[in-house]
Amino acid sequence: MTTMTIAKAINEGLRATLNNNPRSLLMGEDIGALGGVYRVTDGLIAEFGADRVVDTPLAESGIIGTAIGLSLRGYQPVCEIQFDGFVFPGFNQITTQLAKMHSRSNGNLTVPVVIRIPYGGGIGSIEHHSESPEALFAHTAGLRIITPSNPHDAYWMIQQAVDCQDPVIVFEPKRRYWLKGEVDTETPGASADPFKAHVLREGTDATVVVYGPLVPVALAAAEAAAEDGHSVEVIDLRSISPIDFDTVTASVRKTGRLVVAHEAPTFGGIGGEIAARISERAFHSLEAPVIRVGGFHMPYPVAKVEEDYLPDIDRILEALDRALAY
Amino acid sequence: MGATHLPSTEFDGTGMDDQLEAEAEAQLGAPAEPMVQLLDPDGTLGSDPVFSKYAEKLDPDTLRGFYADMAKIRRFDVEATALQRQGQLALWVPLTGQEAAQIGSGRASQPQDYIFPTYREHGVALTRNVDLAELLRQFRGVSNGGWNPKDTNFHLYTLVLAAQTPHAVGYAMGIQRDQKLAAANAVASVEAGQAVEPNAAVMVYFGDGASSEGDVHESMVFAASYQAPVVFFCQNNHWAISVPSSVQTRIPLANRAKGYGFPGIRVDGNDVIAVHAVTEWALERAREGHGPVLIEAFTYRVGAHTTADDPTKYRESAEESLWRAKDPLARLEKYLRAQGLADDSFFEQVKADGDELAAYVRKTTHDLETPDIRTAFANTYVEAHPLVAEELAWFEEYSAGFADEASADEAHAGEAHRVQTDRAAR
Repeated sequence: MTTMTIAKAINEGLRATLNNNPRSLLMGEDIGALGGVYRVTDGLIAEFGADRVVDTPLAESGIIGTAIGLSLRGYQPVCEIQFDGFVFPGFNQITTQLAKMHSRSNGNLTVPVVIRIPYGGGIGSIEHHSESPEALFAHTAGLRIITPSNPHDAYWMIQQAVDCQDPVIVFEPKRRYWLKGEVDTETPGASADPFKAHVLREGTDATVVVYGPLVPVALAAAEAAAEDGHSVEVIDLRSISPIDFDTVTASVRKTGRLVVAHEAPTFGGIGGEIAARISERAFHSLEAPVIRVGGFHMPYPVAKVEEDYLPDIDRILEALDRALAY
Repeated sequence: MGATHLPSTEFDGTGMDDQLEAEAEAQLGAPAEPMVQLLDPDGTLGSDPVFSKYAEKLDPDTLRGFYADMAKIRRFDVEATALQRQGQLALWVPLTGQEAAQIGSGRASQPQDYIFPTYREHGVALTRNVDLAELLRQFRGVSNGGWNPKDTNFHLYTLVLAAQTPHAVGYAMGIQRDQKLAAANAVASVEAGQAVEPNAAVMVYFGDGASSEGDVHESMVFAASYQAPVVFFCQNNHWAISVPSSVQTRIPLANRAKGYGFPGIRVDGNDVIAVHAVTEWALERAREGHGPVLIEAFTYRVGAHTTADDPTKYRESAEESLWRAKDPLARLEKYLRAQGLADDSFFEQVKADGDELAAYVRKTTHDLETPDIRTAFANTYVEAHPLVAEELAWFEEYSAGFADEASADEAHAGEAHRVQTDRAAR
């Protein structure tokens, strides 16, 4: 066991990938000498050279598009998109090309490209640097989407993403890059399957489903609820596509109440999909409607008011109160 | 390239973009962009200081092969258009007029090269030995990609314009890495008796319309930065559906290469000998590690954009007539006859072969099987996916309900047929 931050855990995970998989390579803007704007690739170019840690031209469509070509030649590229709000120049390549290549080739071609995207707010940044666009990608068949919430998962999930033969987008919770935790670099243990949700705290009165940056917030809310006598179960979804509905359903059958929280706007978001599925799967177990907590239907607001926008402990507690009132 | 190349002004007055180019050049004081041409519309073979040596290598069999391929793909084009008119294909994208650009460039590629087409490169597909009946699967609506690119190194058609250009550059970057790995392992390979020589290049096709897409720009930036072994083959057929090439560019497209830092060459796209020579030169150069080249094949889409298009709404038939006079097949036929390389019996045989291909394609198209939607479930992901599995299970159960209905009602075969037909129509 080693203690490290999420950023360092991803760095170590990438180092392990580059060491273990000679066909893997990293691509992105400023990922070489600088080590990326968040230093996630720090030191890797010195160790593996410029052919495997590639500083690319400043062009997101070009990054994803050339990564697709490299994968067709048998390579396994890991692309870094600098910030969530800058993925959209590459959106066409991701949705019309990367996601569909296996299907449209009748299974003859595979494009195991990994795309890393730092996402979410809470860092007081400027426009386009705090967004949560995961639902836009989750709606696209052919992609897989995972998001770690702690260093151990971060270390293993990036490696599991590279090993996966499907394209995988790894959304990295940027405001948690400096969150420290224990990492077992010997074995993934319970994190062996990146597409399985984890029950982080058991409870009997209500379930809170979260992922990525809101995991610590939900755990703190559950702690506060316990002081008021409510036993809250917290689930870290970990995978946004596919979603581990079995784990969520089992929890709701036990607790009867469900709150889903994410930073992304609630309208058309992952929370709505979970609410609909759970209504279908566990209707008779539900004691209350599924309640969503998320961003408002507005462009991500300016930094000085982002605290009013982002779900926090009180917003999750307020939702729990509403659910428990039924 | 040298000033001895025939200038693009040869085509002055034949297309609106030529006029605009001439005006721009007059304003900018820039010289006319030379255009490589070896075989003129009268079938006379000229010379070129750089490219004649490639033409001189062509033996009579190869020259006759150029003609045979161009005639074959033109006959295929006619047949596919007819199949669409008869409701056998949803859509067809004709290539007539562009045979020399496609056969000349395709035949300059080597088997180890990898080709990324757009969606009109039926002639290139022929040179890569793609089964032309398989090519029609996409247009019949039974597949989104009818062939396995690994068999021929001819990638699937890409319908999102220019999206394949960065794929080509990335593929070329992979070849570069393979070359380095092979060099690093060369000693070991020689000792082990293995010949490892990933001596390959990539060629990517796009048109004058797609040249405006951002992906072309990003691809050329990447290709230049990494000196990737890729040839950008732009067929300037003068029309992006209804919009003339003058709206896409105010300078010859080949000139854009200079801005990226690699050579750009305009070649007479209706001259199969020149297209072959220029492409062979560019691919050799790329394989040898000298980086990308942009080739602009100056040609013309004689027919419609697709079978859903109506060119009479946006261009004059006089313009089409001018280009028909530059027909790529006619000029090679004149040359072959004048040189005594082919006679009536050869051209009769070519026609018979074309008719045979057409009959094969017609028969095979009728026989192309409609796929089961279960294959779409199976091919969405490589690895097991719980949502796909759940939806497939639901579909099986739902479908089984129809089967019960049909079997319970066996006496009413017509009714069962109706159910199946309704299902198929959905």
